[in-house]
Amino acid sequence: MTTTPQAVRRASPRTRRPATPAATDPAAGLLPQTEPVRLLDPDGTPLPARDDYPEPPIEALREMYRRMVVGRRFDTQATALTKQGRLAVYPSSRGQEACQVGAVLALRDDDWVFPTYRESMALVSRGIDPVEVLTLLRGDWHCGYDPAARRTAPQCTPLATQCVHAAGLAYGESYQGRDTVALAFIGDGATSEGDFHEGVNFAAVFKAPVVYFVQNNKYAISVPLSRQTAAPSLAYKGVGYGVPSEQVDGNDPVAVLAVLTRAVAHARAGHGPYLVEAHTYRMEPHTNADDATRYRDADEVEAWRDRDPVARLETYLRARGALDDAAVAEIAGQAEAYAADLRERMNAQPTVDPMSLFDHVYAEPTPQLVEQREQVRAELAAAAEGDA
Amino acid sequence: MATMTMAKALNAALADALLEDDRVLVFGEDVGQLGGVFRITDGLQARFGDKRCFDTPLAEAGIVGFAVGLAMSGLRPVVEMQFDAFAYPAFEQIASHVAKLRNRTRGKLSVPMVIRVPYAGGIGGVEHHCDSSEAYYAHTPGLKVVTPATVSDAYSLLREAIDDPDPVVFLEPKKLYFASGEAQLPARTEPFGRAVVRRAGTDATLVAYGPAVPVALEAAEAAREEGWDLEVVDVRTLVPFDDGTIADSVRRTGRCVVISEAQGFAGVGAEIAARVQERCFHALHAPVLRVSGLDIPYPAPMLEHTHLPSVDRILDTVARLQWDDQPDPRWLTQGSAA
Repeated sequence: MTTTPQAVRRASPRTRRPATPAATDPAAGLLPQTEPVRLLDPDGTPLPARDDYPEPPIEALREMYRRMVVGRRFDTQATALTKQGRLAVYPSSRGQEACQVGAVLALRDDDWVFPTYRESMALVSRGIDPVEVLTLLRGDWHCGYDPAARRTAPQCTPLATQCVHAAGLAYGESYQGRDTVALAFIGDGATSEGDFHEGVNFAAVFKAPVVYFVQNNKYAISVPLSRQTAAPSLAYKGVGYGVPSEQVDGNDPVAVLAVLTRAVAHARAGHGPYLVEAHTYRMEPHTNADDATRYRDADEVEAWRDRDPVARLETYLRARGALDDAAVAEIAGQAEAYAADLRERMNAQPTVDPMSLFDHVYAEPTPQLVEQREQVRAELAAAAEGDA
Repeated sequence: MATMTMAKALNAALADALLEDDRVLVFGEDVGQLGGVFRITDGLQARFGDKRCFDTPLAEAGIVGFAVGLAMSGLRPVVEMQFDAFAYPAFEQIASHVAKLRNRTRGKLSVPMVIRVPYAGGIGGVEHHCDSSEAYYAHTPGLKVVTPATVSDAYSLLREAIDDPDPVVFLEPKKLYFASGEAQLPARTEPFGRAVVRRAGTDATLVAYGPAVPVALEAAEAAREEGWDLEVVDVRTLVPFDDGTIADSVRRTGRCVVISEAQGFAGVGAEIAARVQERCFHALHAPVLRVSGLDIPYPAPMLEHTHLPSVDRILDTVARLQWDDQPDPRWLTQGSAA
């Protein structure tokens, strides 16, 4: 099976959003451009500058490159740790680095992120300790980081349910006079879930400052996009809720950051939610337990390898004089050091305490949990005595 | 003391919570201008404004998921599910997030909220309006599950639910909404986790909760004519559960019937019967029996009286508590369905 991603087509001037929507068409200002926004060609050549999406500052792009390189190295390290049995499972986001890092860079540290299980790279890019990010997948607890301190919800496995949380959080923040923005990650498959629609609708009705960021990586495990929707693209799902929407080439780091920056500004300015669809591709299987060769062929994967977001940004930054061999080597060194540190810390066997199972079910355990805790305590004591 | 309905007491509890705690928000379907289909939120929007009490899109998963986000931002949502069976679209949000967020995050994140659910039957409601859904919630660790049977408890338990650090599913027996009782507001009755003896007796204990409590009390009165002096215990909070008060009562009386309106199989009544049996085996003169709804989908209005635990069914069951110290012949046929 071969898909022809819209992302490979060039944006042309006629696809630009009109400056003012036609008075007769209330949906005109909400619809995405008919082609994904693109600022760099797949080979890294810049396209003509455009008014609607000014290029982000070069320093931001350089930092984006750094984080993408480190993020990719983190991702390959996590996959390796899975093969070594250190992680129960790992859903890779290799190939989606522009989306993972772009979303983080478009936000302030005090904004909230609502990630799915595929956002490990985004979370480490947010500065969360990679060991805490991987706690869920290592299996010593569920969420390893402090969501309140990191302004990052636990990685969400029940698909799309986080979309409604983001709406509530964002509304609650603005209700209390804070200008926080919430960004909810979601994949292409999960846009079929009811909670995606309820979330976008609630955010729109309550004018909650949320950016819904769809990473359309073309497959929900094995099921292709054509089985999820008959819409022209997922960005067209916003108009039905009165939500302005855009689609972007998700392997073009410059365009991703530009589009998300505008979406976040829209939300923060009090105009309500914004929907962004990024056309990208998951280079790896769904997880290490998946066999992607059963549902997509090598030619398709190879075609996407040519649109690699890291190489694309590197080429551009070199052309702009913002990156040279020394800087590339320096960043690669950072990534290696990051991976080495992670490897070393993940190779230590975590300690788990069965007694902690009762600590956080409620603020105070119920009498029934107190009873069960004493039972487990006695079982452990008896087992320890048996060992002695 | 004043005479008032449970509906009025619940309304007063919401109003007092809104007044005393700026973090409290009340929302759901038709709860704003209309005041709710049962008028439990009557007048709250007019008094507190449409930022504190408001209508939402008609989407129950959305309502509960929105409440999760609001609670994460530090607010105290109190949401209304319009009817028991209409809460099912929200079940994923309740089971996967509301109940688990504290545990998933080792207590770093908690989502205290109250999910009010008008539940159970006895009002002649058409299908999908009369489910007793308590077992789903009580089976879900991380939720507290509360159901008042008196006017004072309605006020007090709802206030406590709103103040509680954990999420509470607050089940309101519809058929008791407009039953009157004596109450002095702001009432403060026994806290969560305490069952209450509503009627003292010596011969057997009837354990009931929510809509079954008045039926149990009525049965206990009727039982006097049969020569039985029955004790009635109101469970009040299904989670946390008060084993002590119930076991103490059964150890005194030596006999126990558990009454619940819900279908009986794998229900809360079954859990109570098991717990009583575990704790009171040596004090029991007869097996613990149950009176529950039938194991059928909730029936059409003209048939619901056959389904619901009635005074007669309770008395028939009490009669089977081996008063003559002989085994119940129903259990003697080996291998039969009985």
